[in-house]
Amino acid sequence: MPALNAPNEATGPSAQGPAPVEIVVAYGFWIFLLSDIIMFSALFASYAVLSGETAGGPSGKDLFDLRHAAIETLCLLFSSYTCGLGALAIDRRRLLAFYLCAALTLLLGAAFLGLEITEFAGMVAAGAGPTRSAFLSAFFALVGLHGVHVSIGLLWLVFMVAQVAAQGPRDYVLRRLHCFSLFWHALDIIWIALLTLVYLLGSR
Amino acid sequence: MGKLSWSVIPWSQPLPMTASLMLALAGLFILGFITWKRRWPYLWKEWFTSVDHKRVGVMYVMLSLVMLLRGFTDAIMMRTQQALAAGASQGYLPPEHYDQIFSAHGTIMIFFMAMPFMVGLMNFVVPLQLGIRDVAFPVLNSVSFWLTAAGALLVNMSLVIGEFAKTGWLPYPPLSELQFSPGVGVDYYLWALQISGVGSLLSGINLVTTILKTRAPGMTYMRMPVFCWTALASNLLIVAAFPILTATLGMLLLDRYVGTHFFTNAGGGNAMLFFNLIWAWGHPEVYILILPAFGVFSEVIATFSAKTVFGYRSMVLATMAICILSFMVWLHHFFTMGAGADVNGFFGMMTMIIAVPTGVKMFNWLFTLYRGRIRFEVPMLWALGFMVTFVIGGLTGVLLAVPPADFVLHNSLFLVAHFHTVLIGGVLFGGMAGYNYWFPKAFGFSLDRRLGLWSFWCWIVGFYLAFVPLYVLGLLGMTRRLQHYDDLSWQPYLICAAFGAAIIFCGIVTQVAQLIVSIRTRASRRDTNGDPWDGRTLEWSTASPPPTYNYAVLPQVTGRDSFWTAKQGRARDPRGAASHQLDTAGDREKATPVEVPNNSPNGFVTAFFAVVMGFALIWHIWWMAILGSACAALTLLVFGWVPRAQRVL
Repeated sequence: MPALNAPNEATGPSAQGPAPVEIVVAYGFWIFLLSDIIMFSALFASYAVLSGETAGGPSGKDLFDLRHAAIETLCLLFSSYTCGLGALAIDRRRLLAFYLCAALTLLLGAAFLGLEITEFAGMVAAGAGPTRSAFLSAFFALVGLHGVHVSIGLLWLVFMVAQVAAQGPRDYVLRRLHCFSLFWHALDIIWIALLTLVYLLGSR
Repeated sequence: MGKLSWSVIPWSQPLPMTASLMLALAGLFILGFITWKRRWPYLWKEWFTSVDHKRVGVMYVMLSLVMLLRGFTDAIMMRTQQALAAGASQGYLPPEHYDQIFSAHGTIMIFFMAMPFMVGLMNFVVPLQLGIRDVAFPVLNSVSFWLTAAGALLVNMSLVIGEFAKTGWLPYPPLSELQFSPGVGVDYYLWALQISGVGSLLSGINLVTTILKTRAPGMTYMRMPVFCWTALASNLLIVAAFPILTATLGMLLLDRYVGTHFFTNAGGGNAMLFFNLIWAWGHPEVYILILPAFGVFSEVIATFSAKTVFGYRSMVLATMAICILSFMVWLHHFFTMGAGADVNGFFGMMTMIIAVPTGVKMFNWLFTLYRGRIRFEVPMLWALGFMVTFVIGGLTGVLLAVPPADFVLHNSLFLVAHFHTVLIGGVLFGGMAGYNYWFPKAFGFSLDRRLGLWSFWCWIVGFYLAFVPLYVLGLLGMTRRLQHYDDLSWQPYLICAAFGAAIIFCGIVTQVAQLIVSIRTRASRRDTNGDPWDGRTLEWSTASPPPTYNYAVLPQVTGRDSFWTAKQGRARDPRGAASHQLDTAGDREKATPVEVPNNSPNGFVTAFFAVVMGFALIWHIWWMAILGSACAALTLLVFGWVPRAQRVL
């Protein structure tokens, strides 16, 4: 057993040299996700500052429909669940199950996006677009940025399904799928913050 | 074609036209020279598509040195204008042109000179010091560089096509809003920074992952060279701060393109929100720049004192303390906002607290020098010049951190003098020290010592002549960014400052001469054993220039300054006395085939389409913007689809 307290004795992972590539990739992607969350936090801060600045226009109370937000939340959370099942399936090389989970994830993600677009379109039609007030600018930017992330995630998933189909579950494909799962779950975390700070607090 | 037409080129203005003509001629000359020498295939294969961290690092530094020339041209123009434009004289630069010059000077010097210089040094040195073969994500590294270069290209395009921002290096609203800046200048600024900002972020992620996850066997955290620690802190700051910049500039873009009300006067917008957000990025940014420079000085001072760096643990602790504290002081950039005495008091104190870890570092360097066998080589002189200059800059900084004093000195030339003292005396001197120190490692021959000394002395003398008068002028009440002034008693100081800038110019000329002379006499200045300075850290244990894979066998690290320790051991061992190289013959026997990633044009192509997209968005050419972004996305998809090939050496 290595002497844990010996001074300057190399113990732990750094004694063994560079980490394996799947760890390096996932770690790097984690760092990216943290930076992405910081970008969102800048927009959250702006929303917090501007949420009262309605400039005589509608406020959150007039605009937010909690039932709508609840359905959106369910879509997104269940899509994360199916995404997780898909990751388990590909780990066990069950391709059919993976395709099924990916399809469900795509469907639920698209449903979320459709609901969000409907909400946005309704607000713009009612004269509550992003140019109406600082509050609405911040709302559209924050929720819209999340929506853009979901869209990119869906395109990414389509790409990954195509890659699995064409090239099989190779090492680099699996690493990318792992990163995709991390990304998709991170979007969930951001959505929970969004739901709480924007919709739940805003509709009081 | 959106807002673009022939009339946007400033035909009637002699200055920008001459400048762009000269740029175009220089560009044509270089392109013609490369074609004549048939060097395009070489450039494409060995540099543009290279994913080798050393090549990418060298390209970063080259970009930064070219941008130094551009930014310095702006500086000379400002200094001469202010030396002339007193009383009845209006000087030779009209206000709308002068405003663009100071904005471009700041933007270029921070984002396209200082940033690439530091990122380039980190890229080149960190993997070598950690004893590994490349950064964690080599292709991503090349993409990062080319996106930075794309941003630099966009900023310089504004010289010829259209105009640059007239808002200062940070586009404060409401001035930067569409209502008050209807031209394309602010859009050039915003898109150039959004594109290069993505590059900076990706490079930060890359280096953080490299340092935390891919060190050589035995390279524990407390054995890493100080430069690697400062690189870690700097890149952590990049990862934590650049997303704020992206979000903030994104909101300003929405204001300008969509008509939202984040920072506008009307519609409930809040301009001070921009100030807070931009400095929540901006203050960490100055530490992103200075921390790697601190690392360079730690390496240089230890090497040329022939001593291990004094107080290694306190050095590491101070670095990480600065890393965290840098996020808690942003409000000192706008004490005059009127947040109240309590808030200002808090941020004033936090700012002064940062001086403590910085002071710890300064004393550590002093104690490293103490009783060392000091060699006054060029990098060491830059380091010593830094220690004096940076203390002055730090002290004036602490003075500005006192809110009542800041109310008097806010936006005055005192402030301009302060941040130039820390940025030139800290970051630029650090860059120059690193450039002279690692040049032999990068190219296999050393830089000329005599011209290097001339350059250093010109720079430091010119620096003091140029900026000490600005401290005085600030105390006399002269504000920054004046195109013209009435108070004739200021003029002598400004003439002195212009004279100082001229001496700095001599420093730059000798620097260019140093490079040219050194290249021409390289045969006589070869670095044959890879260790020209009697170095301490691992990068000096491999050949100069190092092979693509850096180390045939990853070194087994047994302590701090491991190469130095190895050399000492061999000196005592008669068998090893002849050579202090690591055991290369033994290494070759142990060597297994080395996998290195293939070249990839991904970065170059993506950045090309990013320029197309940025240019189109600036000029509201929507079809071209869609085309450019679609092609950029497609490039990433295509390169992502094909499995990455590796070469085996």
